[in-house]
Amino acid sequence: MAELRKPDETPLLEVRNLKIGAMAYPPGERPHPIEIVKGVSFTLESGKVLGLIGESGAGKSTIGLSPLAYGRGGVTITGGEVLLDGVDILKLGKAGTRAIRGARVCYVSQSAAASFNPAHKLGDQVIEATLRHGLMSRSEARARAIELFGILGLPEPETFGERYPHQVSGGQLQRAMTAMALCSRPELIIFDEPTTALDVTTQIDVLAAIKTAILKTGTAALYITHDLSVVAQVADDIMVLRNGETVEYGSVEKIIENPDADYTRELVNVRAIRNEEAGDQSGRVLEMKNISASYGTTPVLFDVSLHVPKGQTLAIVGESGSGKSTLARVATGLLPPTAGSVRFDGQELTPALKNRSREQLRKLQLIYQMADTAMNPRQTVGAIIGRVVTFYDGLRGSARRNRVNELLEQIEMGSGFYDRYPAELSGGQKQRVAIARALAADPELIICDEPTSALDPLVADGILKLLLQLQREKQLSYVFITHDIAIVRAIADSVAVMHQGKLVRFGPKSQALAPPFDDYTDLLLKSVPEMKIGWLEDVLASRRISSAGN
Amino acid sequence: MNIRSVSPTAWIGMTGIAIAVIAAAFAPWLAPYGENEVVGAPWEAASHAFPLGLDNLGRDLLSRMIYGARMTLFVSFCATVLSFSLGVVLSFVAAVTRGVVDMGLSRLNDLMMSIPTLIFALIVLAALPQNLAVLIGVMAVLDSTRVFRLGRALAGDIAVMDFVEAARLRGEKTLWIVFREILPNAMTPLVAEFGLRLAFAVLFISTLSFLGLGIQPPTADWGGMVKDNKDGIIFGISAALVPGAAIAVLTISINLVVDWLLNRTSSLKGGRGG
Repeated sequence: MAELRKPDETPLLEVRNLKIGAMAYPPGERPHPIEIVKGVSFTLESGKVLGLIGESGAGKSTIGLSPLAYGRGGVTITGGEVLLDGVDILKLGKAGTRAIRGARVCYVSQSAAASFNPAHKLGDQVIEATLRHGLMSRSEARARAIELFGILGLPEPETFGERYPHQVSGGQLQRAMTAMALCSRPELIIFDEPTTALDVTTQIDVLAAIKTAILKTGTAALYITHDLSVVAQVADDIMVLRNGETVEYGSVEKIIENPDADYTRELVNVRAIRNEEAGDQSGRVLEMKNISASYGTTPVLFDVSLHVPKGQTLAIVGESGSGKSTLARVATGLLPPTAGSVRFDGQELTPALKNRSREQLRKLQLIYQMADTAMNPRQTVGAIIGRVVTFYDGLRGSARRNRVNELLEQIEMGSGFYDRYPAELSGGQKQRVAIARALAADPELIICDEPTSALDPLVADGILKLLLQLQREKQLSYVFITHDIAIVRAIADSVAVMHQGKLVRFGPKSQALAPPFDDYTDLLLKSVPEMKIGWLEDVLASRRISSAGN
Repeated sequence: MNIRSVSPTAWIGMTGIAIAVIAAAFAPWLAPYGENEVVGAPWEAASHAFPLGLDNLGRDLLSRMIYGARMTLFVSFCATVLSFSLGVVLSFVAAVTRGVVDMGLSRLNDLMMSIPTLIFALIVLAALPQNLAVLIGVMAVLDSTRVFRLGRALAGDIAVMDFVEAARLRGEKTLWIVFREILPNAMTPLVAEFGLRLAFAVLFISTLSFLGLGIQPPTADWGGMVKDNKDGIIFGISAALVPGAAIAVLTISINLVVDWLLNRTSSLKGGRGG
C-alpha cells in the first residue's frame, strides 16, 4: 500500500460523514433498521492521539472500528468515507482490508483476558499478525516484541513471551495486548477502553505504559473511553459523542478547560456531589466484630471489625480481591464467617441466612452491581417490586399495585414502567428498579455493592443523588462498596479501606482520608484519575509504592 | 400471539400436528372402516375403496392409521408430560438445595442412566402387568432421567444468578425459587427438549410395540403396525412404510413448531429471533 502514499499534507486518517446502521430487534415489534452513527467526521495526524468519548450507546466503539473497515455483529457501514493516507478503505474489498488489519491499523480491546487464546504463549500471539503479514522474520519480530515489552514496563521482557495468559495479571495482559498491536509498527492503533476493566491502581500503570509506548513509537492512536479524566491524560484532541453524533470536537485544553456544549460541561463536572460528613457517628446499626471468612479452605477475610453509623453511609473501598464484597456476603448471611459476630441494632444475627427471621431479613437489603442479573428477566417491574411488598407486608391486589407505583415515583420513574420487562429498560433505570426493590422491604440498612460501577458517569451521578435523597427522607443507613475513591469522597460519612482481606483503615471520612496515610491508602488515593491535564505525570513522580498488578 | 409472526415452517409443523390430533380425536367418524374389521385379502393393493391398501390381516390400512394416531399420540404425550414433571421438579430441587439432596438424586439418576433404556424397559414391562398406565409410567420414568440431566445443568446455571440470590435473601422458600425464579428462565431450552422428547417418545412407544411389549394387538398403533406389516417388505409390499412415514412426519412437525417457539421466547429476553 505504500506506493499509494500521497504528499505529506494528507492526514493519516480522515473520516468524512461516516454513517453506520444496524437492524434493531425490539421485543414485541417488527425488526427495523436504525442509525447508530449519524454522519461523524474527524481527522487524525500521524503521531497524534484522538480521544473518542461518550456514554454507552454513543457509537464510540462502532466509530473506532471503522478504520479497520469493520462492523461488529450485524452492524454495517452505510455511508461516508474513511481515508487512510488518502485512500478510502471502505472501497478496498476483502483482500485490501486484510492487508490493512493487523499491519497498518491495529486494535486493542477492552478485555485482554477474553481476547488472548489461553492455549498459546503470549509471545507467539504478540508476533502472530506481524508474521502473517510477512512484515518481519520470526527472529526480528521476537526482538521487536522484547523491545516493546521493555517499553511497556513488563517484568523480565526477555522471557515474558514464554508465559501463558493465565500466568500474568490483568494489567500485564492489557499491556501485552498493546505490545501485540505495536509489533507490526502500525500507523494507527485503536484503543477500545483499554483500562476500563482494571483496578484504579493498575489502570494508572497501563495508562502510563500506553502513553510511553505511543510517544516512543510515534504511532497515531484513537483512544475510546467513557472516562474523560482518563482520556485527558493521553489525548491531543478529544471528540465528545452522544447518540451517534458529534457533540464537541477540539483540543484537550479546549474540552477540559473551556467546553462549549452543555453536555461536555456536565461530563467535565461529573461527581460534583458533595455530602457533608455527619458530625455524630455514635449510633450503630450494623456491627461486625473480628470477622474472618473463607471460601472453602482459602481464607479471604482476616479479623475485620467495623460498624455502620445509624442513618449514615459507610463506604468500603478497595480493589478487586480485597474482600469488600465478601464482607457484604458475611453481613447478609450468604457466607457464614469462620469467626466473629454480626450484630444488627444491637441484636446478634445468626451466621447462616436460613436461621434469620423474616423481620431480620427485611431490615437488611442488598443492591447488586449488575442490575441485569439481579432481576429476573421473565418478570415485569411490577412483579419484581410487588413480590417484595407481598412477601413482607402481605399486600395484594390494588393495595400492592398502589404501593409499587408509589415506589416507582420515589425512584423518579413513575407508574408507566409497571408492566415493562427489565430488557426494555436502560442500565440506569434497571438500577433504579433494583433500588425500589430494596426500598419495598422498608429496610434500615441497604448494602450497595458497586451499584454505579457498570453505569455511565452521568447516569451513575443520578443514582448517587437518588440514594442520598432517599437517605435523607427515610433515615436509611448504607454500606457502599466501591473501588472508586471519588464516590467515597462524595457520599461517605465513614470510610473503611480494605486490602487483601484486611482492614487497612477505618473511621470517619475526615480522619480516614486525611494524612498521614499508610502506603496502600496513599497509592489508592493517588490513582484516581483527575480531570486535569498532566495529572498522570505528577502522580507517577510522587508515588511511594507501585501497584499490586506489577 | 400475533398470527403474522408465525413462520411458514411453523405453519407446516402445526398442520402436521393438527392432522394427527384431528385424526386421533375423531377417529370413529373419520375412519371409513372399523379398527379391526377384516375387509379383504391380506396386503391387498391400494384401490378406490382402500386408498392405502390393506394390512397383513386384510384390515384397511387408512382406518388403522387413523385409530393408531390416537394411541400413539396419547401414550407419547402422557409419557412426556409425566417425565418432564418428574425430571424438572427433581432436578431443580436438587440444583437449588445442593448438598446431600443433590448428591443423592444425581447419583440415583446416573444409576438409572447407566442401564440401557430399552433393555430396562423390556425387563420391567415383562415383569409388570401389561396395561396402559404401567406402560406410560415406565416410559416416563426412563425418559425423566434425560430431563433430569438437562434440568440440573440449566438450574445450576440459573441458581447462581443474582436474582435467585436476591430471592433467597428475601427469605423465599425453595419451591418458590424453583417455580417462579428459575423455571421461567429455563423455559426456552425445556420447550425445545419437550419437542425432542415427544418425538423420541413416539419412536420409543413404536419400538416397544414393534417388539411386542408396547400397545397390545389388536389395538392399532403406528409402531405396532410397522411390526405387523414388516414381512410384507420382502414381497415388495409397502404397507409397513406408511406408519413409518407417519412417525417421521409427526416427529418433524413437532420439531418445526418447537423451533419457532424457541425463536419467539428468545426474542422476549431481548435476544435476537431469527
